[in-house]
Amino acid sequence: MSDRKPAPPAEAGADAPVCLISDPAFERPPVTDWHTDWDHLDARWRDDPFPIWDALREGPIARTERFEGAWLPTRYEDVRAIAYDTEHFSSRRAVLRDRKFDGPPLPSPPITSDPPEHKAHKQVLLPFFTPQEVGKLEPLTRRICNALIDEFIAAGRCDAAQQYARHIPVRIIAYMLGVPVRDSHLFIRWIHEILEVGASDDELNSSATKAMRDYFRHHIALRKEGRTEADPDGPVPDLIRLMMDGSLNGVPFEERHVLGTLTLLMVAGIDTTWSAIGASILHLARHPEDRRRLIEEPGLMPTAIEELLRAYSPVTMAREVSKDVELGGCPMKKGEMVLLCFPAANRDPAMFPDADKVVLDRQENRHGAFGLGIHRCVGSHLARMEMRVAIEEWLERIPNYRVAGDVRWSVGPVRGPRTLPVAFA
Amino acid sequence: MKVRIDRDRCEGHGRCHALAPGLFELDAFGHATALADGNVPPGMEGKARLAAANCPEYAVRVVEDDG
Repeated sequence: MSDRKPAPPAEAGADAPVCLISDPAFERPPVTDWHTDWDHLDARWRDDPFPIWDALREGPIARTERFEGAWLPTRYEDVRAIAYDTEHFSSRRAVLRDRKFDGPPLPSPPITSDPPEHKAHKQVLLPFFTPQEVGKLEPLTRRICNALIDEFIAAGRCDAAQQYARHIPVRIIAYMLGVPVRDSHLFIRWIHEILEVGASDDELNSSATKAMRDYFRHHIALRKEGRTEADPDGPVPDLIRLMMDGSLNGVPFEERHVLGTLTLLMVAGIDTTWSAIGASILHLARHPEDRRRLIEEPGLMPTAIEELLRAYSPVTMAREVSKDVELGGCPMKKGEMVLLCFPAANRDPAMFPDADKVVLDRQENRHGAFGLGIHRCVGSHLARMEMRVAIEEWLERIPNYRVAGDVRWSVGPVRGPRTLPVAFA
Repeated sequence: MKVRIDRDRCEGHGRCHALAPGLFELDAFGHATALADGNVPPGMEGKARLAAANCPEYAVRVVEDDG
């Protein structure tokens, strides 16, 4: 079962080992029929979801009685239609759980916000995450990548998920939030407890959420005393200060709004990009022809990043049916859940020719890896920059490598390699 | 050739600006507008079409001169 030991003290350092391979997938009743009993926490989905989605796309929108009743669109047009339909589909429960929490869910604005409040909840963050602003973090990202590579390059092998990909986004988001990088291992643990184990373990989900909120309360209290543990070179204001000082129509954000957004930024800013970087490094290990092409034609990097995002989109998001509606002949009842499977939509051959093939210079690519419609990921430009820099620095120093052990994938709303042993040539 | 941005559809993916920085600019929130009243300079037609073909929100539209 899950690792219930209390989190190690903050002083343990960013490189403290973290057990991340608990396996809620193996404790679930195995899926017998994906059309009527799907479960994205099933071990088969975790290990290889692509054939499952291919089969589901041929039928009506898939249904399950798990998660207290939920639907699974896998065609691009269905995913898109639901993402756009904020009248019938609410974002207030953004993650599927075996049992919905009683009472109104804790808000994490803007991801759990619906119109009309959503716009203001998002706009406070947008200027912080534009391509221009994110570009200022590129030199720091390069330094982080190179420092990580320095640690393992002489060994001739590493775990590219555990020793490389996982450390990059967490260090950047800590810098942006204004919290110490040495606490990274705490963030990674909490997110694992919330996203992976927490879908079925209420107690662990609640305790991790509480720990994260208390952590931010502490750093808000420090700032109120005129103190901070932020990196002295970090952004002014940092994200904690930005949210503390934020207001809506002249009324300061309530504490639950501030904590909800800060928690969201941490949860959304770490596992997602870690997954995308890891999946990209894995693809380039298994496809030396793509790797060589990217090294020889660095101008392909922008389209290549988009293509890797399309083919290995890590993130699914949930919606709650807020008004009865019929879609594609499926009667969706108020209170039921929908899993917006952007990764499946992005492999829909009706939308993407050769959908299962990675085409580094794909010309038409309207992928929805960062969502479609009003909930487009606030951090998409940050994620792209981190991915590009992480892959560029890796290929610069480790142009030849191969998979040298078991690749294990995460379970839950964010899918990516959690172990990725590679050996350098 | 002209490019048009439907501001109601734009969600700030920024793909158009990344693919054709000479044709679009982003505002403080990362939402796109067309530069030079949307006029596409000679030689940039391919970039304009690429920007349109990569907008996940179908917010970028190319208007051909003869069409």
